[in-house]
Amino acid sequence: MRARRIEETIFKGLMLASLVLVLIMLAGIIVITVYKGAPALTLSMLVETPKGGYYLGKEGGIANAIVGSLLLALGASFCSILIAIPVAFGLQKEYTSWRYAGFTKLVLDVLWGTPSIVYGAFGFVVMVYFGLRASLLGGIIVLTLLMLPIMVRSMEEIIRTIPLELKEISYAMGTTKIETTLAVVLRQALPGIVTAVLLAFGRGIGDAASILFTAGYTDFIPRSIFDPVASLPLAVFFQIGTPIPEVQERAYASALVLLLIVLCVSLISRILSHRFSKNIVR
Amino acid sequence: MPHISLKNLSIAYGHHRVLQDVTVNIPDKQITVIIGPSGCGKTTLLKSLNRLLDLNEDVKVTGDVLIDGVNTYDGNADILALRKKMGFLSQRPYPLPMSIYENIAFGPKVHRMSKDRIVQQINDLEGRMVQVPSKKNGQMDILVESYLRLAGLWEEVKDRLHTPASRLSIGQQQRLALARALAVEPEAILADEPTSALDPLSAQLIEKQFKFLKKNYTIVVVTHILRQARRIADYVIFLYLGELVEHGPAEKVFDNPSDERTRAYVSGEIS
Repeated sequence: MRARRIEETIFKGLMLASLVLVLIMLAGIIVITVYKGAPALTLSMLVETPKGGYYLGKEGGIANAIVGSLLLALGASFCSILIAIPVAFGLQKEYTSWRYAGFTKLVLDVLWGTPSIVYGAFGFVVMVYFGLRASLLGGIIVLTLLMLPIMVRSMEEIIRTIPLELKEISYAMGTTKIETTLAVVLRQALPGIVTAVLLAFGRGIGDAASILFTAGYTDFIPRSIFDPVASLPLAVFFQIGTPIPEVQERAYASALVLLLIVLCVSLISRILSHRFSKNIVR
Repeated sequence: MPHISLKNLSIAYGHHRVLQDVTVNIPDKQITVIIGPSGCGKTTLLKSLNRLLDLNEDVKVTGDVLIDGVNTYDGNADILALRKKMGFLSQRPYPLPMSIYENIAFGPKVHRMSKDRIVQQINDLEGRMVQVPSKKNGQMDILVESYLRLAGLWEEVKDRLHTPASRLSIGQQQRLALARALAVEPEAILADEPTSALDPLSAQLIEKQFKFLKKNYTIVVVTHILRQARRIADYVIFLYLGELVEHGPAEKVFDNPSDERTRAYVSGEIS
């Protein structure tokens, strides 16, 4: 009896220690970013594009990277949603045999695990083939490829948890598959779909390697989708690599902005998800 | 000839035979109760009537299920029209993820009923000419009210029709499911242990509704609660290990069963 109680205590302790470790890491990231970045985070950082000598510590800001990152991530999220929702529904057993669905899921898992630099290199090869140069469009396409497996797999998992009884009830009223899918299953899955989009958005906006060659970098805000575009992860990367302390501080400020954007999107998606789930019985 | 009749119906999931050679006529406008121990094929029999079994993989059905003389397992049968004729209540009453109002309006909308058709449906239901207010969706408002009244739920929800149906109690959800099923104008109601998730008072309300509705609808109820079967059944089908052991009027099956297994089951020796 004593031994079992000790065992219980040890495992409880282990769980608590792991939890604390995770929280410390999260807090560490936030504290360091705020501590090193907050002093450099001025209004001109947010609203101005880099002026001459910005990378030497002179006038300007990172508005080009903020706008660029938002354009890239929102554009890619939009494209991914359009593709991912039909795929996620199509993988359900009403539409696809389990053998084919299983194979597709395996492929998606492999894509999910593929390093983003590989997506970047792939995108670059394709762009060279078509004679495109680094642009907003190229960045959006490659980010869509990167986000798609994440979105499809998380949506598919959510849709699969929808109780069969609910679908039965809908079918029993004489609905077709597509009516049940759109009017009942989609609504029931909506909170989960929002979470899936958030997950993919977070990965997309934070990724540097895939857009390095495909979106490029520029000090200007793009005027069309064929212009190159700056992004926050690359802004962090370039600025932190300089030997000038003021510019390094700006890298942390850029990282802080990135962190705040992800935080805002999480909050918005939480609110949306909560609003959508009031109709749902679990 | 009865609306629903089964001829030599056998059903198997893969190699597992669930029902064997069931032949029975289900009487119109009565409550038919399917009883039997767990796993004897009660739900399978019920779901074969509206082809909900199709959602399961690897189901093999042989024999005939005749609804209004049409064999529903004939390749040409119109499954959607068939399911429209058969209202269905599940064990756990999931509300559709929308408001109370939209839950009732869902069926008529899916079947793309015209305004005139809906007005006619209300008149048929109420047995009189109903005055429809001229505002937008006036006829749907009346339809929703009529069916909520028919299911005995109107008084409890009339002030919150546009709130999510998920906020109703589970007993109210089952009556909502009943109203929702009735709004599609079925000829029969199939209920799969409709009270098993409900508290006794809610269960009593559902039983009361069934007794009230049987004058217009054929009702088939699966239950494993013998006392419930005694309370509501006009006609009883007793299944045992996939075999149709006995069927007949309720008094006959309960008070004077002809098969030893039926006697043992209704007297509580086996369960």
